Amino acid sequence: MEPENITQSDNKPVAIKVRELVAGYDNEIVLNKVTFDVFQGEIFVILGSSGCGKSTLLKHLIGLIDPISGEIEIGGIKITGKDRRNLQKVFRKYGVLFQNSGLLSSMTLAENVALPLQQYTNLTDKYINTLVKMKLSLVNLSGFENHLPSEISGGMRKRAGLARALSLNPSILFFDEPSAGLDPVTSAELDRLIIHLNHTLGTTMVIVTHELPSIFTVAHRVIMLDKRIRGIIADGTPQYLRDHSQNPYVKQFFNREVEPLNL
Amino acid sequence: MTSPKIDLSHYYRSNYEKSGTLTIYLYNRLCLENTASLIKEFTSLIRTHQPTNLVADLKNLDFLDDFGVALFVGLRAQMGERRGTFSFVNINEIAKKVLSMNRFDSFGQQTSFEQRKVPDIFTRLGDTAIEFGKDQASMFTFLGDTFLSFFRFFWNTRMLRINDVMENMHKVGLNALPIVGLISFLLGLIMAFMSSVQLQQFGANIYVASLVSLSMTRELGPIMTAIIVAGRSASAFAAEIGTMKISEEIDALFTMGIDPHIFLVLPRIIATCLVVPLLVLFSDLFAILGGLVVGTTMLDLTINGYITQTINTLSLYDVFFGVFKSIVFALLISWIGCLRGFQAKGGATSVGRATTSAVVSSIFLIVVSDSIFVVILRYWEG
Repeated sequence: MEPENITQSDNKPVAIKVRELVAGYDNEIVLNKVTFDVFQGEIFVILGSSGCGKSTLLKHLIGLIDPISGEIEIGGIKITGKDRRNLQKVFRKYGVLFQNSGLLSSMTLAENVALPLQQYTNLTDKYINTLVKMKLSLVNLSGFENHLPSEISGGMRKRAGLARALSLNPSILFFDEPSAGLDPVTSAELDRLIIHLNHTLGTTMVIVTHELPSIFTVAHRVIMLDKRIRGIIADGTPQYLRDHSQNPYVKQFFNREVEPLNL
Repeated sequence: MTSPKIDLSHYYRSNYEKSGTLTIYLYNRLCLENTASLIKEFTSLIRTHQPTNLVADLKNLDFLDDFGVALFVGLRAQMGERRGTFSFVNINEIAKKVLSMNRFDSFGQQTSFEQRKVPDIFTRLGDTAIEFGKDQASMFTFLGDTFLSFFRFFWNTRMLRINDVMENMHKVGLNALPIVGLISFLLGLIMAFMSSVQLQQFGANIYVASLVSLSMTRELGPIMTAIIVAGRSASAFAAEIGTMKISEEIDALFTMGIDPHIFLVLPRIIATCLVVPLLVLFSDLFAILGGLVVGTTMLDLTINGYITQTINTLSLYDVFFGVFKSIVFALLISWIGCLRGFQAKGGATSVGRATTSAVVSSIFLIVVSDSIFVVILRYWEG
């Protein structure tokens, strides 16, 4: 089955380039020869049902796992295979918001956010503190600078994780299930923040999610993965896929259809 | 990290008027890459000219991010300290948006937040005392819970998972055999060697066998084994259970109506109490073997003579006494390991703390209980 509606480049600069990616664990191949581009300034959503390889794909994109074969380029720099050492060069280009926020539990929120700033800039502590305060206020966490991650709620932890991912104003942001475990209001606020950041800083966003409302609010483009073909079954804007897709699985996903219960 | 040299003339020009106004004209970009260098530059400009008014002209600024905003906040604070003013002219749309997004106007004069306060020594002393009290209380609560779960287990023996017991016996006992054997063998060797230096002077070589066998079976065998088990298994129990606690696995057990004590604590206690006595016997054997090696190679004793002397010295009572002590040690080790795991809360650091505390507390309790045994025995044996 060929993926439908592959988006053409329109000469837009490419932020992430994936070619013939084969990914998996041990003897099991999860993704087979996946190819796609993420363009600069795009809010790009990776969709799919559980177990289709969304998180696996994300782990490959951020360089946590080296693929079995295939190539990944971030900002024109290849990070796979023998070019894996280039990862050091791209770490500053992207930020990642992990599903469980990934905050260091022994450090306060301020220390967590300050960590990349101390690592990668020459700023003095005074300016770093100012920036930390700004980043935390951007995600509505003013006043929580001295709290430890264990002292705040899950939603707040997620926002603090976002503040840390944002600390160096990366050109690409990766989100692993950003709305998981958040209430609808916080989730909507996060969506608004994503759009806002994309608009003001032109940040490219790659989001792994299956929250339909959030997808329709933020996504410029989505790809849908499927475990049956171990690859992409659809590529396009969410509205287009919902209204015009001929693929039964895509239709089923967007219309939230399930097999009827025989009661 | 050292950043490459940036030609700052691309990014600003300055003009100082005699009236006391320093105007900084910003060009192109003010962002992560050049902020640190520009901060240094502007601070030295302010120091040189001592202006009363600082004006930032943003007319030609094409890109501004929050690092730039932080620079303005810093400049405003510096001017505030000098009782001067700071203002913008020609703010363009982009800059306006970024400034409002980062709440520049409401960002107070105080640029940083208060650091987490370190309490004074008396507060800390008090906190430690309260913490100690709570710790003792929770130890007894845990002991009570464990006892209760024992009774519940007798009521319904199906609640205990035998596979877990077997697995823990494997981890605590079988996997510890090589290290217990090696350490006991070396200990027997060292003891025989050290004592022979003294005993040889009196021609009492044969008593090396008595010394090694008696001290190892009654004291050192159980203690050394217990310390090894504490280091290997109390820490493992605390880390396992602590991680389960912080990842809400124990809460999940609780809500399923499964007693976490029966599910997690009992298998570990039972397994440890079953295998530690066997480990002690194993340790006794290897220590005697160590003594035998020294006796036969350096002290001209025969294998037969050494073994006969050992058997004549040891009574079954000595061996059983060591074994009995080791059961008590095993109880303490497994109990404290599980307790520390249950006490973990928060994040990864607390699991580390629980693990350390499990090892330290169990070694402490082993030594304390051993001293109690010595005193009791002193009166028992008259």
